[in-house]
Amino acid sequence: MSAPVHPTVSAPALETRRPRADTHLWFGLAIALLAWVALYRVNGPFWNWLLFRTLGLDADSRLGETIRFFVFDTTKILLLLAGIIFLVTILRSFMSIERTRALLGGRREGLANVAAAGLGVITPFCSCSAVPAFIGFVSAGVPIGVTLSFLISSPLVNEVALVLLYGMFGWRIALLYLSAGLFIAIVAGYGLGRMHVERWVEPFVFETKVGAAPSGTSIPWRERVQMAREEDVKIVRKVLPYLLVGIGLGAVIHGWVPASFFARYAGPGNPFAVPFAVLIGIPLYSNAAGVLPLVEALYAKGLGMGTLLAFMMAVVALSLPEMILLRRVLKPKLIAAFIGVVAVGILLVGYLFNAVL
Amino acid sequence: MTTEIRVLGPGCAKCRTLLENTKEAVAALGLDANVEEIHDVAEIVARGVLSTPALVVNDEVVMTGHVMSVPSLQKMLSKVG
Repeated sequence: MSAPVHPTVSAPALETRRPRADTHLWFGLAIALLAWVALYRVNGPFWNWLLFRTLGLDADSRLGETIRFFVFDTTKILLLLAGIIFLVTILRSFMSIERTRALLGGRREGLANVAAAGLGVITPFCSCSAVPAFIGFVSAGVPIGVTLSFLISSPLVNEVALVLLYGMFGWRIALLYLSAGLFIAIVAGYGLGRMHVERWVEPFVFETKVGAAPSGTSIPWRERVQMAREEDVKIVRKVLPYLLVGIGLGAVIHGWVPASFFARYAGPGNPFAVPFAVLIGIPLYSNAAGVLPLVEALYAKGLGMGTLLAFMMAVVALSLPEMILLRRVLKPKLIAAFIGVVAVGILLVGYLFNAVL
Repeated sequence: MTTEIRVLGPGCAKCRTLLENTKEAVAALGLDANVEEIHDVAEIVARGVLSTPALVVNDEVVMTGHVMSVPSLQKMLSKVG
């Protein structure tokens, strides 16, 4: 009497194959991390050596300092970008809009706004998904205000901006930005929700039938890494022109504008600086990587940190392409209210930070 | 049997890239497949898809929210019957 023989030939072969392929992956990632840290550390000294010791540029001259700033900052920002985009894409590969909808469905306003704002930060969201996402959330019983909290925090709290702020100004400023962004998303979404904006949503949104969420297939790690690398290349390529312009302008300001130039007229004490910054920021279409080098240089010349953060938030929070898309689901009154409330939120945050920092 | 492949998206640049990548992958594999786009939001959400671009193969949603590269698509499509 023998026990039934189960075919076990294939199983061990598979089990020994997978760990080895994964080891290569993790090893490769570890090497990449070490290389990244090394490059980041060596960046400053390298350019100093190349420009001043080898090429003989004068470190005290305006031109010398401008060029040094340009190449140093470009390299630093590219490294930070590549690193953060990689990490964030991997983290976000575990989240999806469909999952967020399931998490928020049927919840009541208040805490749900907080959850929605947080989820907006970690959920991968392309602005072209704004319409299906909106419809999907509504159909799952997510209150409009909660959906708006999600739609506000998603572009407003930008991981690229977070990392660049950390790299330029330290973790306190980065944390302030994160908190401010979340706060604006929560309060603006909640406030709009309380205004019973359902009547300002296009009726077809409530009538569209949404199917059951597709069963997610688990993504193997190798594919996550592959996706992260592709996203890295794609975003860096897209961002590079804005970045170079931003750094170029920053370099010129750094080298040619006298220190504290702005402090007299547009410093933290000037009450018009913040509204002005927000007003120019809203229609501007750029991304964080393009705006922040400019912010760094302007701050060094005396502009208030609150003013600059408000400017950056205004640029990234509201984008014309997304507003155009949202017009399909939101009536003009709601779009106007949306822009207005977010703008006021950013304005207040700007004043607060000017006063406090 | 012809494979039915649908690329879901309202027409942004990402969605167009996925469509082109899919067509390229299908051509490279020599797969007998029909690749079509779906722009209509009602049709997209009816399948439970909220993040575009998304890919549907033979009525099964295989991926939402990302643009797959040609190699990844080839790998995925080669497993299709």
